[in-house]
Amino acid sequence: MMRWRRTAAIALRYFYLLRGSPARIVPLFAWVGIDIVLWGFISRYLNTMANRGFNFVPALLGAVLLWDFLIRIMQGVTMAFFEDVWSRNFLNIFATPLYIVEYLGGLVLSSIATSTVGLLVMLLLATTFFGLSFAAYGLVLVQFLFALFLFGIALGVFASAVVLRLGPAAEWFIWPIPALLSPFAGVFYPLSTLPEWMQGISRLLPPAYVFEGVRSIVSGRAASGAALTWGATLAALYLVLACWFFARTYRHAVRTGLIARYSAESLS
Amino acid sequence: MTPPDESQSAPDASPQVLVATELCKSYGEVVAVDHVSFSVGRGEIVGLLGPNGAGKTTTINMILGVLEPDSGSVQIEGVDLAAHRSRALERTNFAAVYAPLPGNLTVFQNLRIFGLIYGVENLAGRIAASLEQFDLVRFRDVRCGALSSGEQTRVSLAKAMLNSPRLLLLDEPTASLDPAAARDVRASVREFATRGERGVLWTSHNMYETEAVCDRVLFLSRGKILLEGQPKTLLRQHGMATLEDLFIAVAREPLTLEGHRQ
Repeated sequence: MMRWRRTAAIALRYFYLLRGSPARIVPLFAWVGIDIVLWGFISRYLNTMANRGFNFVPALLGAVLLWDFLIRIMQGVTMAFFEDVWSRNFLNIFATPLYIVEYLGGLVLSSIATSTVGLLVMLLLATTFFGLSFAAYGLVLVQFLFALFLFGIALGVFASAVVLRLGPAAEWFIWPIPALLSPFAGVFYPLSTLPEWMQGISRLLPPAYVFEGVRSIVSGRAASGAALTWGATLAALYLVLACWFFARTYRHAVRTGLIARYSAESLS
Repeated sequence: MTPPDESQSAPDASPQVLVATELCKSYGEVVAVDHVSFSVGRGEIVGLLGPNGAGKTTTINMILGVLEPDSGSVQIEGVDLAAHRSRALERTNFAAVYAPLPGNLTVFQNLRIFGLIYGVENLAGRIAASLEQFDLVRFRDVRCGALSSGEQTRVSLAKAMLNSPRLLLLDEPTASLDPAAARDVRASVREFATRGERGVLWTSHNMYETEAVCDRVLFLSRGKILLEGQPKTLLRQHGMATLEDLFIAVAREPLTLEGHRQ
């Protein structure tokens, strides 16, 4: 039976690390804050250049905020996982009664806590200094955040499994994942801008449905409920697949002895 | 990945806390553990001895569930580790020199986190008692990475005994300790084993310590158990004066000793 106390212990571990470490706290809001300021001014400048009536703030700044939220969610999971990598804690952690689902649950809880900080800072800056109003999105904003949350968790779990499989040095594969996905996600432009083959990939990415929805609302149309539901369904599917991949990678690591000798990176 | 329902698998009242049966593990062509079978009884401290690379740590990792045997089984208090991993590991804990607790957390934080994971009742009280027992009170809020290796070993031992495990695995627990601290640890482990229904599997390269602490020893070489028995009985049987002499004989001429298990 899954025990929440164990899941809470994993999240508590990350809370302890955050509490005593400015080097961990500052990145929770610094980079997203800089992004909002930068894109806030870009949006403001574009408003002065473009036809009157079109507002770039919800179109661009809102999209940046949502994209950064996705990245923070993903990195919230991977950073909590990397703490075990960096402190060589696998043997201590995985020789306990902890189930993998409890461990992953702890990483997700850690991510929710840290990404909430980033989201609040972004909201504060975007609304206070650049006049971004979420009333423009309406209740569909909840659907946007939900789909991005699920997909961010899925990416984080998948990325953690990759590092578990390939060793500590593989963390450098993980950081560029959002940048690799962003051209396909259509954060700043409609998917119709992309060539057909790229659109094919975009249709497999939940954020693409979110950002198409954002642009629909900004253009005065309603976001497609069916498309957003499909995006969230895809994200949920990816989350299940990512958890399956992590569990399979873990079993491989137990079979080969990698958990016990993780610093060796490969024993097979 | 979803936790199975283990409510149906009640442990039996096994007289042994650990039963390892025909454990085998190979890494490619290298046979690390070769059909190893042994048990640890209640109130018993069993020494797992052998030269470097003999298969001791591989055996311990299989008992801890972090390494899957190619074949064979591990039962902890009658609970099969492969079938009911979480339930079996609730009754287990370990300390090893190669597995220090995270250095970026304080002694208290580490004990609290592992106490929660192991489901320790009255955790605050248990932590306070452990800090007292291992002379760690003054280091309560010190990060483990800032402690000396001996102090870190004591923290690992405090973690290992925090959940009052039925099976305690100690891989060279006194390797970084000064003689006085090592003696205290031996006394703690001895007291731990005799207090209840618990057993200890202990590895050490200090044969004098092993002779003093262990009720029974297993000599492992090239992945096989060559000798098994009470230290004094083994010395008498093989005409050796000390356990160290016997260890050296096992390490240098394992073939002459094969088939001498009691």
